[in-house]
Amino acid sequence: MRNPLNQTITEIKPSGIRKFFDIVAEMPEAISLGVGEPDFDTPWKVRDEAIYSLERGRTFYTSNSGLKELRVEIADFLKRHYGLEYNPLTEMLMTVGGSEGIDIALRAMLDPGDEVLIPQPCYVSYEPCTILAGGVPVPIALKEENEFRLKPDELEAAITDKTKILIMPFPNNPTGAVMEKADLEPIVELVKKYDLFVLTDEIYGELTYTGEGHVSIASFPGMKERTIYINGFSKSHAMTGWRLGYVCAPELIIKQMTKIHQFAIMCAPTTSQYAAVTAIRDCDDDVAQMREEYNDRRRYLLNRFKKMGIKCFEPYGAFYIFPSIAEFGMSSEEFCTRLLREKEVAVVPGTAFGDSGEGNVRISYAYSLESLKRAMDRIEEFIEELRKS
Amino acid sequence: MREKILTYIEHNSKIDLSDLAMMLGCDQATVMNELEAMENEHIICGYPTLINWEKASVEKVSALIEVRVTPQRGMGFDKVAERIYNYPEVDAVYLISGSYDFMVSIEGHTLREVADFVSAKLSPLDSVLSTQTNFVLKKYKDHGIIMAEKHVDEREKVSL
Ligand SMILES: Cc1ncc(COP(=O)(O)O)c(C=O)c1O
Repeated sequence: MRNPLNQTITEIKPSGIRKFFDIVAEMPEAISLGVGEPDFDTPWKVRDEAIYSLERGRTFYTSNSGLKELRVEIADFLKRHYGLEYNPLTEMLMTVGGSEGIDIALRAMLDPGDEVLIPQPCYVSYEPCTILAGGVPVPIALKEENEFRLKPDELEAAITDKTKILIMPFPNNPTGAVMEKADLEPIVELVKKYDLFVLTDEIYGELTYTGEGHVSIASFPGMKERTIYINGFSKSHAMTGWRLGYVCAPELIIKQMTKIHQFAIMCAPTTSQYAAVTAIRDCDDDVAQMREEYNDRRRYLLNRFKKMGIKCFEPYGAFYIFPSIAEFGMSSEEFCTRLLREKEVAVVPGTAFGDSGEGNVRISYAYSLESLKRAMDRIEEFIEELRKS
Repeated sequence: MREKILTYIEHNSKIDLSDLAMMLGCDQATVMNELEAMENEHIICGYPTLINWEKASVEKVSALIEVRVTPQRGMGFDKVAERIYNYPEVDAVYLISGSYDFMVSIEGHTLREVADFVSAKLSPLDSVLSTQTNFVLKKYKDHGIIMAEKHVDEREKVSL
């Protein structure tokens, strides 16, 4: 029989920390601080709207681009929150989560051999999606001493004449790093100088804890025409399972992306789209309340690690904290595996998000204070034992 | 700061004060001082516990009683309310806008006990014009907490 498989996909390596996941699966009693999704329920009014839409029998495909009413509300939201101006009819596409947006943007833009700059540690989909689109991923190793923010010299050093796209994964999963206005300014200059495009994944934009709030790179003068803006409902509105996101970009890019979306997906889930109209229009207060609670937990974890004497920079975004475990002289994966085996606490090795995550672990604070406390007490025990031994 | 402390202890009065301090980004002494001050100012009026008596297999009957009264000259409703809230059987008394004046919540061990309270104590009060007793059949949610179910985390253990 002939090989049934495509060579590119078979060559993409599965997550490097497979073994770790297998151990987690064997330990159902373990306490986890390992998830990448909110612990809050989707606000009830959003769920209620979904039920209502089902009762009304709104169970058909929407247009390929998504419900017009929803896109109009999103355009309003983006203006209200980030000062972005997009035409909801020509510059926006509803997708199956931010995930689909990332995938089809890369597929619509890359030619074989085009290089994509990927600051790491970062979410795991950019690299395989780049490869599947025929592009060449070029990691940029971010540094803890810079609080895992992207520095202009790091960017400039990675640019070649094949570079086409810079991924901007901020606020960042797994580090919690953000890029403030002053951090973005020199990046914007380089992007223009080298004629790059930016794929900015701002799925955690609403979960930012700085005084100035989230700043989108698309809001800088001259950037809208070279930015593909990804957002969605998963994190901000606690709607991961609804599978709904959106992309905003120049019309010529959206047009091609819509072709891929039309043939591969048809349209984003209809029920989710109706529910999302309520989420985007009426839930600013709910989101603010979740943000405030995340922020309290963030401070709690920071203070716990400070007390333990663990090196940890202050993360200002998402719901992750990324402490350093380098002092213990073992790899992130080894640390996490031992913590799991010896104390039954699951956290994720930084290396799951790129080689530059070595020496750190990702701890999620999408958990109640009680869970955080219980897990942190065990982590504290573990660390004390390590220091003694 | 005060509002944050109150919001947390309203939902969990057993919260560990050092945890609370860490969440608020201040030291524990500050939180303790604020709490003490708010107790003295009677902003914090008590630390009761929310109990699902049904689960504890203890018989309890509660009722919400709508009460219409004639306010007393010079003292309005407050004096009448005092006559009512001083009974230990009475759980809560609210002055209400709408077609009656007070909502009185009472709790007893039996239906009889509650009915007796209404007929023997509440109704005969001089200023009480009429009462309507609504027995509670089932408590679904109280003080923002859903009584029936304990929340379980159904998420996958680890996701990237
Ligand atoms: C940075 C980042 N981008 C995108 C996604 C995908 O989110 P979704 O497809 O649910 O919108 C995630 C999910 O964990 C993420 O962390």
